[in-house]
Amino acid sequence: MINSPTLIGRVSKVVFLGLCLIVTVFPLYWIVVTSLKEPGAIYSLPLDYWPKQLSLDNYIGLFTKSDFGQYMLNSLVVALVASSVATLISLLSAYVLARFQFSGRGAVLGAFLITQMIPGFIALGPLYLMMTDFGLVDSKTGLILIYIAICIPFCTIMLRGFFENVPDALEEAAMIDGCSRLSALFRVIVPVMLPGIAASFVFNFVNCWNELFLSVTLMNSDSNKTIPTALAGFISSFNIDWGSMSAAAVLTVVPTLVIFAFASKFIVQGLTAGSVKG
Amino acid sequence: MTLDVKQAAPPPSGRKAALSEPGRGSSSKRRFSGRTALTLLAFLAPAAVFVGIFTYYPMIAGSQMAFRNWNLNDLSDTSWVGFGNFQSLFDAPEFGTIVRNTVVWVVGSLVPQVVIGFAVALFLKRRFRMRGAYQAMIFFPWAVSGFLIGMLFRWMFNAEFGVVNDLLMKAGLIGSPIPWLSDPGFAMTAIIIANIWYGVTFFAIMILAALQSVSDEMYEAAALDGAGKVRTFFSITLPSISTTLALTILLRVIWIFNFPDIIFAMTGGGPADQTHIITTYMIKITQEGDYGKASALGLIVMVTLMLFAAFYLMAVRFRKADR
Repeated sequence: MINSPTLIGRVSKVVFLGLCLIVTVFPLYWIVVTSLKEPGAIYSLPLDYWPKQLSLDNYIGLFTKSDFGQYMLNSLVVALVASSVATLISLLSAYVLARFQFSGRGAVLGAFLITQMIPGFIALGPLYLMMTDFGLVDSKTGLILIYIAICIPFCTIMLRGFFENVPDALEEAAMIDGCSRLSALFRVIVPVMLPGIAASFVFNFVNCWNELFLSVTLMNSDSNKTIPTALAGFISSFNIDWGSMSAAAVLTVVPTLVIFAFASKFIVQGLTAGSVKG
Repeated sequence: MTLDVKQAAPPPSGRKAALSEPGRGSSSKRRFSGRTALTLLAFLAPAAVFVGIFTYYPMIAGSQMAFRNWNLNDLSDTSWVGFGNFQSLFDAPEFGTIVRNTVVWVVGSLVPQVVIGFAVALFLKRRFRMRGAYQAMIFFPWAVSGFLIGMLFRWMFNAEFGVVNDLLMKAGLIGSPIPWLSDPGFAMTAIIIANIWYGVTFFAIMILAALQSVSDEMYEAAALDGAGKVRTFFSITLPSISTTLALTILLRVIWIFNFPDIIFAMTGGGPADQTHIITTYMIKITQEGDYGKASALGLIVMVTLMLFAAFYLMAVRFRKADR
C-alpha cells in the first residue's frame, strides 16, 4: 500500500467510494423528495425522481391533522432532561473509574459492560409492572428515569476514555490549592474535557430521541407520546400514509443529523476509545 | 469539518503506566484515605442506583417470571410452571424458523458489513482532499433510528410505488415488480439490505482507526523485502488489526442479535411470522401479554449473550496480557 497508486487503483477507489456515498445518501434524498411531493403524486407512476411541483402539504397536514408538534416537544423534553442528567451522573462515575484503583472496580465496569450487551427490552414486561407500581406509566418522568439508567453505562465507559487523556496532576494541583474533589472536578477538569462531554451528551440525546420500544410500551396518551411512539402508531393502521410518514421522518432525522455533523469527530473518538480499548 | 480518526487510536501507554506506578508494590491498589473513599462512593452511588433499579432489578425480576404462568390477560393463576414456558416455546411450530432467521439475520448482515466496511477503510486510509467531509457524510446512517431506517426501506421496497423496483426495472434487471415485503424470502433479503446499509459505517470507522495505528515502518520493511500488495495485506495489515477486528465483530454480533427495530418497522415479523428473529418475536409475545413466555425467551437471549459477553471480556483481558 506504500507503492504509488496505479491509474486502475485510483479509478476503482473513486468508483467504489462514490458508489458507497450514493447508496448511503440516497435513502435520505428519497424520503425528502417523497415528503415534498403532493399527496396524490406519491402514488402515481412513473415515479418522479424530482417532484414537478414542490408542496409542503405533507408537513402542514402533520401539524394540523395530528399532534406532531406536541410529540416533538415531548421528545425534546424527555431527551434533553434524560441526557443531561445521565451525562452528569456518568461524569462522576467515570471519574472514579478512570482515576482510582480499588477492589470492585472491575466488577462495576463489568456490570456496566453487561448492560450494553443485554438491551432494555429484555426486561420490558417486569419494567412495565414496576412502573405501574410506581404510578409512572404514561408519564414523562418515568420515561426520563429509565432513559437515564439506559444512558449511564455506555456514557460512563465513553467518558472514562476521555478522562484518561487528562493528566491527573491538574486536579491534584487544584486540590492542593484548597479545592474539594468535587469542585476540582468541575472547575479544572470539566473545562478541559468539554469536547468529550459534549460528544457523550449528544450520543445520549440521540439515543433517547430515537428510542422506540420502551416508549411504545409505556406511553399512550397524546400529551405524553414521543416521536417514535407516534411514528409506530402510523404503521399500526392498515394503510400507511407515506406522505405524512416521510415528512415526519425528515423532521425527526434533521435535528439529529445536524448535531451529529457537529459532534461526529468526538463521538468516533469516544466509540473507538471505549470499545477498542475495552 | 474533519473527522480525524487518528486521534481515536489508543493513547500511548506511557502516561497510563505512570499513573498506576505509585500503587505498584505490594498491591496494585492506589492508597487513599477513608474520607476519599467516602467521596468516591458518593460519586459512584447515583449511577449504581439508577442502573440497579431500572436495569438490573427488572432483569432479575423477569428471570423468575420465566418459570411462572404469567399472562397479563389472566392473572388469576400465576403459579410456578417450571420449564413449561420454555417447553411451549420450543414446541411452537415457528420456533425453528425464528432461530434460523436469527442466524441468517446476524450472519447475512455481518459478513457484508465487515467486507464493505473493510474496503471503505482501506480506501480511506490514505489522505485525500475532502476525506473528512466524506467520512462525515457516510456517518449519516448513524443519526437515523433503527425504526426510521426500517420505514425508509419499507417505502423504498414498496412493491407498487417503491424506488427499488423502479430502478431495477429501469436497469433491465427485472421484468416485473418484485413483491419484496410480501414474499418471505425477498422480505428477509430486504431487511438484511437495510441492516447492511446501517452497519457498514461502524466497521469502516473502527477498522480505519485500527489501520491507522499500524506503523508505516512495517509497510516500508515489507516493501523493501519486495512483498506485493496482496502479500502485504495478508502478512501485515490483517495480523496487525486482527484483535481489534475480532473484538469489533463480537460486539457487533451482539448488537445485531439485539436489533429488532428494522424488522419491526419493515415487516413486523410478517408475512405470516416468516421474518421474525428471536428479539422481534419476544416483543410480539410481550405485546400479547404473555410475560412468562417472553421472560423465558429473554432468559435464553440473556444466557446466549452472557456467553458472548464472557468471551468478549476474556478476549479483552487476553489481549491486555498479550501486550
